[in-house]
Amino acid sequence: MNAGPAIEARGLTRRFGANVAVDHLELEIPRAQIYGFLGPNGSGKTTTIRMLCGLLAPSEGDAVVLGLHVPREANALRERIGYMTQKFSLYEDLSVLENLEFLSEVYALERGSVAERLGELCAEYRLEKLRAQRVGTLSGGQKQRLALAGAVIHRPDLLFLDEPTSAVDPESRRDFWESLFRLADGGTTILVSTHYMDEAERCHGLAILDRGVLVASGAPRALMDALAGAVVEIEGDDLRSARAALEALPFVVSVAQLGTRLRVLTDGAEPAREAQRALDAAHLAARAQLTSPSLEDVFVSATRGRGVAA
Amino acid sequence: MNFWRRTLAVAKKEVRQLRRDRFTAGMIVGLPTIQLMLFGYAINTDVRHLRGAVADEANTQLSRRLVDDAQASQVIDLVARAQTPRQLEEMLREGEIAVGLAIPRDFERRLALRDRAPAQLLVDGSDPAVLMAARGLSNLPVAVRSIRRDDPEPTFELRAFYNPERRSAVQIVPALIGVILTMTMVLFTSVAIVRERERGNLELLINTPVRTTELMLGKILPYVAIGMVQTTLILLLGRSVFGVPIEGNLLDLYVASLVFVAASLSLGLLFSTLVSTQMQAFQLTFMSFLPQILMSGFMFPFDGMPRPAQWFAQLLPLTHFVRIVRGIILRGANLAELANELWPLVAFFVVTVSIAIARFRKRLD
Repeated sequence: MNAGPAIEARGLTRRFGANVAVDHLELEIPRAQIYGFLGPNGSGKTTTIRMLCGLLAPSEGDAVVLGLHVPREANALRERIGYMTQKFSLYEDLSVLENLEFLSEVYALERGSVAERLGELCAEYRLEKLRAQRVGTLSGGQKQRLALAGAVIHRPDLLFLDEPTSAVDPESRRDFWESLFRLADGGTTILVSTHYMDEAERCHGLAILDRGVLVASGAPRALMDALAGAVVEIEGDDLRSARAALEALPFVVSVAQLGTRLRVLTDGAEPAREAQRALDAAHLAARAQLTSPSLEDVFVSATRGRGVAA
Repeated sequence: MNFWRRTLAVAKKEVRQLRRDRFTAGMIVGLPTIQLMLFGYAINTDVRHLRGAVADEANTQLSRRLVDDAQASQVIDLVARAQTPRQLEEMLREGEIAVGLAIPRDFERRLALRDRAPAQLLVDGSDPAVLMAARGLSNLPVAVRSIRRDDPEPTFELRAFYNPERRSAVQIVPALIGVILTMTMVLFTSVAIVRERERGNLELLINTPVRTTELMLGKILPYVAIGMVQTTLILLLGRSVFGVPIEGNLLDLYVASLVFVAASLSLGLLFSTLVSTQMQAFQLTFMSFLPQILMSGFMFPFDGMPRPAQWFAQLLPLTHFVRIVRGIILRGANLAELANELWPLVAFFVVTVSIAIARFRKRLD
């Protein structure tokens, strides 16, 4: 295996008519990491993944995935990548085992090792009791485990997961991430798109996309640290009035209510003191205090800032 | 070889899905059976059992014999007797009968002299089929032969080749193989690709190493086998229920059916790449049935159509298959003699499958 990054994209662009779905994307994703694409719907996550799989030709720029140029060498790439689609895409009218058998033949696994591999997958993804069950009757979490088993049946070097946990409960989600970490420990590079903050926070590296543009990237911790000193928390009685007073300030980017507190994202130099001054001026009994930024703050700051500029 | 492994994997999956889908699986046997029974019995161009009446004014041994013979032809069933030709006309006008047989008093003298028709047939001409049947009846040589067994020259004799009894079933059933195969084959594959698209399975498939050709071939294979089963079923039913003989070579017949099945499947596959929902696939499929059934020569004579319609009909696979299948089953022709009809089917298959594969690849982008 060569030592270069798993994915390298330079100026990757895709247009659908006049609409630019992905706009000059620069990416470099190291191997054996879980890398997240964070962005709202329509931010170009799926389009980017499709281009990286070789399913969609870029309008501009190029991408090298596992040392192969896409879409030119997509056929060779297909045997080395796994793809878990956003919508469940296995056959609902076949059983769990029949679906896996079908994939084992499609990926041309060595005949002698098929039974062993299917046994391994059923054990790893807790499908043993479900082997003979019709897939259409599985629960959301079970379907998701099957989909992951199917996506890694041929031990791909690179795994694409397009919003994999949209249809499952929190516990299944935790399980699912455990599986992903085991895969990454085994050397698999994983690219996962999501719009859940808690999921994004688990990734080794993160790219935040907004309307096709890469607005921030880095490790989640580093992204949050970069925002230190910009988030203010307000505690008080009349939060509605406090919110109105704060939103009028020029350095306030966004205000969000979290229960009995307001979370204020700013780009001012001394936001806590300035906010307190504004609250006092409005004769409000509220206290402003600096707090540590969350990934959501990073996301809002990255996407909102652009929204204002545009 | 991975090509065949993947192709057969698709085929196997298709068979498994088909087995789960009880209704569709039932259609494989049910559709040909029902269609064959319906068409075989209902499409009947030879008219029999017309209601008739006789006015036998001669009432001699010979005239009674004529009446018996006419009845024995099964074309008319005598439901009434009349005294005069005038009464026959009344019954005709009231719709009580469709045919009236009038035998005049001087019947035997007319027969002997042979200067004019010995008897009269009164017919309801408003129904062309009845008129034609009666015309056939008037030519029946029965009465004449019965009195002049030594007559060297028959008064009139009609001979039908290949279907001497002129039974409709014999003409209809062989061509029905083509009609029924068209219906089931095109329908099965027209939903084949679009169903995967609708259910989201296509997104999985295009991310696997399955090639378009493997997918298409894997989708076609199970239905080729089903087509052969249906052909066998129709032949067996045609033989046991309608007594349709097979004059030609059975192997020739199966080879021709195989090519026709492949051509029909490829048409369905092409439809499947043109539409985006199963409903649209159904609509397109049914739209293709009518011209095939009406213009192929199955229902109406090919030569009776205007030139441009004939050119168009030449493009339809059923047109060629109807000729082949009638040739083999009824005339005992062999495939070499019918090569002119076989190669258009092969060409049709190659062209449509190529377009389907090309179209499918385009849809990925």
